[in-house]
Amino acid sequence: MSTTTLVEPSRRSAAQRAVSTILTSRESAIALVLVVVVLAATSQRSSFLFSSDSWRDLLLAPSILLLLAVGQAVVIITRSVDLSVGSTLALTAYLTGRLFVDNPGIPVVVVFLIGIAAGALLGLVNGLLVALGKVPALVITLGTMYIYRGIVLEWAGSDRINASDMPSGFLALGTKTILTIPVLTIIAVVVLVAVGYYLRTARGGRELYAIGSDPDAAHLYGLNVRKRVIGAFVLCGALAGLAGVVYAARYGTISSSAGTGIELQAVGAAVIGGVAIFGGSGTVWGAAIGAWLLITINRALPILGVQDFWQRAVVGALIIAAIVLDRVLAIRRSRKLIEARDDS
Amino acid sequence: MNANGAVALQLVQVRKSFGPVMALRSGSLTVCSGSIHALVGENGAGKSTLVKIVAGLYQRDGGDFLLHGESVDFSSTAASKDAGIAVIYQEPTLFPDLSVTENLFMGRQPVGAGRRIDRKAMHEEATALFSRLGVSLDPRRLAEGLSIADQQIIEIAKAISLDASVLIMDEPTAALSGVEVDRLFAVARSLRDEGRALVFISHRFEEVFDLCDTVTVMRDGEYVSTDAIAETTPAAIVSKMVGREVAELFPKTPATIGEPVLQVAGLESAGVFHDVSFEVRSGEIVALAGLVGAGRSEIARAVFGVDGYDAGTVTLNGTAVRPRSPRAAIRAGMGFVPEDRRQQGLVTEASVAHNVAAVIRTKLSRLGLITRSAENRAAGPWSGRLEVKTNALDMHATTMSGGNQQKVVIAKWLATDPSLLIIDEPTRGIDVGTKSEVHRLISELAGQGMAILMISSELPEVLGMADRVLVVCEGRITADIDRADATPESVMTAATNTIGAAS
Repeated sequence: MSTTTLVEPSRRSAAQRAVSTILTSRESAIALVLVVVVLAATSQRSSFLFSSDSWRDLLLAPSILLLLAVGQAVVIITRSVDLSVGSTLALTAYLTGRLFVDNPGIPVVVVFLIGIAAGALLGLVNGLLVALGKVPALVITLGTMYIYRGIVLEWAGSDRINASDMPSGFLALGTKTILTIPVLTIIAVVVLVAVGYYLRTARGGRELYAIGSDPDAAHLYGLNVRKRVIGAFVLCGALAGLAGVVYAARYGTISSSAGTGIELQAVGAAVIGGVAIFGGSGTVWGAAIGAWLLITINRALPILGVQDFWQRAVVGALIIAAIVLDRVLAIRRSRKLIEARDDS
Repeated sequence: MNANGAVALQLVQVRKSFGPVMALRSGSLTVCSGSIHALVGENGAGKSTLVKIVAGLYQRDGGDFLLHGESVDFSSTAASKDAGIAVIYQEPTLFPDLSVTENLFMGRQPVGAGRRIDRKAMHEEATALFSRLGVSLDPRRLAEGLSIADQQIIEIAKAISLDASVLIMDEPTAALSGVEVDRLFAVARSLRDEGRALVFISHRFEEVFDLCDTVTVMRDGEYVSTDAIAETTPAAIVSKMVGREVAELFPKTPATIGEPVLQVAGLESAGVFHDVSFEVRSGEIVALAGLVGAGRSEIARAVFGVDGYDAGTVTLNGTAVRPRSPRAAIRAGMGFVPEDRRQQGLVTEASVAHNVAAVIRTKLSRLGLITRSAENRAAGPWSGRLEVKTNALDMHATTMSGGNQQKVVIAKWLATDPSLLIIDEPTRGIDVGTKSEVHRLISELAGQGMAILMISSELPEVLGMADRVLVVCEGRITADIDRADATPESVMTAATNTIGAAS
């Protein structure tokens, strides 16, 4: 009996493996839900998909949340969480506006770089506190969430940056499209592909999964856990910084309350997309589709005649359903293991 | 025999202590390339501490540590690994969410152009490793759900791919069945023939004598002896492991043994313990002896209702106790002093009075409120009786010595007036002087008619305190030995007795 516990190598070809992976993956399931939502909304009102404006909105609306969800997914994969991204976004969005106001003629590329660097710096603060202080990230980033927001409030006051304060070339990024695809969406997707590629094919990326899967084992393996965790927070902060610049370009007006509550949407998007809240599994692709689904559902439900209260409830139900599903599958798997061990 | 006999790993009089507890007084070990060296000793003899020093997890306080003749100092597990040392722990440490191949190569994956991980090469190497070890494992499968045996094979494959010159296996066979042990041994022998040095820690003597070339015995954190396997016998090893006189003065006071208080019948929990039946009478101290991981604590936790069980009954004073409910167990008259008193037994940040009063707080409360004076009134007599040496009942438990902490935990339960007290490792981490005070206390309680179920890994404590010794081995009770018949040899033999049917 004992030898049956050995797991035979699969005899399937690479192509068969790829097909079955795609068919059974969480990402495809969420993408399918997204397609269903879009089709349902379109069947009620054909302009949901088939007008140039709404096609652009379908792609453009999720771009900010997508950036945040990608960063959030990287942090959650290492078994942490970053609640400060909304405040980071507000800080860098306001910084973007101030840069244009105080330095007329500053190149747009420089503003992007400064925004990303500022976000990375705020992420570094989070990372250092979490990795060196050995305090749960939930508590640390809850604290920095309020601190960063406080800085924006102090700095901006009741001041508000308007579209007229920023150069039109920068604001045009918010509406410009290339082959009907909005530029901001292209930026978000390029970031997504780069991060997804890193997580899948780089040693550092795989180590993030290892750390989230079992931090003690990662330590025994001799991985540099501290460095990797700090790196994840820096990346998450940098993406929140980029999202702040994108926010400024898209909306044109920035107040100190920008991005309030968006950090929880980012966590929700990652969880819906199959990133396990206890780390170690999930992909940024899933988180990105989750972000897209969240935004699109919010736009589609009014069209489907769902009332405001139920719109929020649907999003909540989606998050709970995703977690319950993960849990049920995990319990079933571990029960099978125990039975197999007793039988042998 | 292998011509390669150079000394690979040498430790000389290595010391390590944790706070006041000396885990390793003088650990010495010399392992040659091309040989399998057994390291044996009772629980707490310091084997695991020694291994963790070699692995770079702990840093030694003193002594010499040489690898291939050169003095080394590992500040991290990575440093030890780089030097060619691989350690396979009793509980394999794998990443459950990652594939078998990734687990093998984490942190040192083969990279191609642009530092991109070469998955194809990685899978091919994994497949080659497994075929060399003669096992069939799907390298693409997730590590989650693999049996312990398969996980250990992955650890060994990892060690081989690291080209480790020293391989340490800490009780690798504890969770394996017969066929799996044979497979592991075949792998170990082929590694020895390649000229690697292996250290094998085990409690099973037939395995030690079957597999190893040399054996080192440790006792109480000290080196005892090293012998060639061919020149020694299991009996000689056992006597060296036990070594000391049991008459280390255990203040066992005679007690009248009365009616059965606790009756456990056919208790069963899948994968943890099987068909456990025993009883404890009033005034009787029953010891659950056995090796770490045999399932003793799990049985106690199930009896007390912390964990559930699949079948069987627990009866206290003639009434059945509801499973999975510590509250019901406490109400029925059970007390439970857990193994890890800092984490499970005490609120170390709270005062002594607060701790003692915690379990009886419902009795103390007036209109749902508990006043400090009520707590002090309740705690005073108990702490006095147990001679807890704290200046005031307000003192925080965290600043007290281990022995006094243990007394506070016991006091906490005595306040509920239990008829059965379960004590898991009563003197773990307590200095020798205070140990006997805890022993005297347990003995006195039994003298007053309380039934005591004691779990202990320390053989002298078991033999000195218990009226009856139940030996647990791999989740089953393998022996029920009376005080008169209990000897170190009889208990150790039952504890290391592997039941053929289990494999």
